[in-house]
Amino acid sequence: MDRRARPGDVARARERLGENQPMSPAYERPVYAYRRAADQDAVRAVRHPVVIVGAGPVGLTAAIDCAVHGLSNVLLDAEDTVCDGSKAICFAKRTLEIFDRLGCGERLVKKGVVWNRGRVFFGERQIYEFNLAPEAGNGRPAFINLQQYYLEQYLIERLGELDATKLRWRNTVTAVESRADGVGLTVETPDGPYRMLCDYLIAADGARSAIRHLLGLPCQGQVFQDRFLIADVVMQADFPTERWFWFNPPFHTGQSTLLHRQADNLWRIDFQLGCDADPDEEKRPERVIARIKAMLGEQTRVELKWVSVYTFQCRRLERFQHGRIFFVGDAAHQVSPFGARGANGGIQDVDNLIWKLALVLAGKAPTALLESYDAERIPAADENILNSSRSTDFITPKSEVSRAFRDATLMLAEHYPFARRLVNSGRLSVPAVLHASPLITPDADRFDSAPCPGAPCVDAPIQTAAGEDWLLRLLGNGFTGLYITAEHGKMPARVGRVIEQLAAGTIPVDVLVVGGRLTGDGPGRGIIDVAGLVQRRYGGRPGTFYLIRPDQHVCARWRRIELEAVRSALTRALARAAQRSERVA
Amino acid sequence: MKPGRLNVEPHLARPDDFYQGLLELHRDLSDEQSRLANAKLILLLANHVGDHAVLDEALRIAREGLAEAVASAGGQPPPVEMDAIRAAMQGSSKEGS
Repeated sequence: MDRRARPGDVARARERLGENQPMSPAYERPVYAYRRAADQDAVRAVRHPVVIVGAGPVGLTAAIDCAVHGLSNVLLDAEDTVCDGSKAICFAKRTLEIFDRLGCGERLVKKGVVWNRGRVFFGERQIYEFNLAPEAGNGRPAFINLQQYYLEQYLIERLGELDATKLRWRNTVTAVESRADGVGLTVETPDGPYRMLCDYLIAADGARSAIRHLLGLPCQGQVFQDRFLIADVVMQADFPTERWFWFNPPFHTGQSTLLHRQADNLWRIDFQLGCDADPDEEKRPERVIARIKAMLGEQTRVELKWVSVYTFQCRRLERFQHGRIFFVGDAAHQVSPFGARGANGGIQDVDNLIWKLALVLAGKAPTALLESYDAERIPAADENILNSSRSTDFITPKSEVSRAFRDATLMLAEHYPFARRLVNSGRLSVPAVLHASPLITPDADRFDSAPCPGAPCVDAPIQTAAGEDWLLRLLGNGFTGLYITAEHGKMPARVGRVIEQLAAGTIPVDVLVVGGRLTGDGPGRGIIDVAGLVQRRYGGRPGTFYLIRPDQHVCARWRRIELEAVRSALTRALARAAQRSERVA
Repeated sequence: MKPGRLNVEPHLARPDDFYQGLLELHRDLSDEQSRLANAKLILLLANHVGDHAVLDEALRIAREGLAEAVASAGGQPPPVEMDAIRAAMQGSSKEGS
């Protein structure tokens, strides 16, 4: 999304079109004041444990996650407000679960628009529809749509509540010095430059990352030539809250169009323009409004809020960790927008990284733990790049023969179900499973169901002494155990002792004891499996035990809890085992 | 599956992998080479299927809708109103999976 409308473009167009009365109040971007920091007056550069560059969705999430883990941090941003235009709008279930862990999921879901259903059109006809709704008994929907500026604003407000982050606006990094013992930064401000040091630097400064350029690190992959027009439009339309994708629609012949609803009755429309389009000409509001009216009818009253013409890449850095510098989100990897894998992927990067940083900075895990960030997130990025490249190849065929296969698939899809599986208007973001991770202990016991080791935990309705709740809201930030029992009172004494020993370890494991009903006091936190779904979804015969990481991914699982096995899996999850073998070698 | 019935239900374990392979088959080929590659592919698969009733059904389906497709590719598109989109949507929503 590299081109923005000039200020005034939209207002001028509205005047010409005689549409001076806005149908909805405009979103007012908050302006966050630059304030001189004490660091700027220090004689010697001040050192911080963590500095994050870039206050977009991914950088803000990193700062909140640091705060939740008790890490004081500094977040630098070159500008002084939230993003212009809706930008990333689709936030997936996994992302919402991460935001629940960070204490801000509810507000996002309340403001956002929940959607589960998508429709695909070819020419004038609907060829099929799909429903992404998770099965009943999940705390969060498949997706919400929410303008990125709301997400950013709410995350900034969440940071204020946590009070562990120094958020510095109009602070631009102009030099980076990577050293064995830390990272040095030169930061430009309205008052001139200053120096600072940090133990770890998180580069969340987007697709055109300044940190990446300063370090001279190339991103490798595919650059796509097709241009896309993206518009935020207020309109009175009674379209359902669904994702609508048109291949070759009559109102935009030969190209594709995507329609999405957002909060505040704002709609997002993407028009594929082809390779030869002139971006400046295409961004003219009159032209954009004419396109929209061709799509929705002359009578439809539309008000243009934001317009941009963009191209995209599917590419990544070779490695995301460079010494004490970690690249997250678009700074590390970029995808096409089809599939909502950009922001959702970046937020999973942060989810993966911060607990590791917190343990290493607390001296509870070796620095080898940080190396697992690459081992776990590079395959995830590759999966996102593969899926979004394939969607792009389907949506924008590069040759006559690929267009013929595309159109043939679409023709068949209306009547022949097999072809619907081949239609690719975006393979929507799903969480990464950490299959090949060195931190994960594979199954030794027999399990027939998800979540396998490496997968994120699945949700289920539960009840605690405090009332009804969701399982995922009780997991994360530290290591958690999930012990499935028939009845709380009937837990063997041996198991009770193991649970107590795990809670008392140097890396404590907080065990949730899940059973049919609560019976008095026992070790662990008792929760009731109100719908029997914890037991079903975790393949849980009584006696089954799951060890869960601070990022809610399954570390290991067993049919019978044994202290030594759990401790060994924990050692592996902290990369302590790797450190020992290095010493031997 | 009974002989003589073309399977039109999803049958590929990894449809996106297959589709990518299909596009890769044609990478850097001329149009003429692509046509020949496609023809060879069809002949290979037809021989593998072997069942003439199945092949006849596939041949019949392959001809469906081609007249419309050619008509819509040329000429000016008709103006479409929201009502028309909605009607199209409702008309075919029963087909949805």
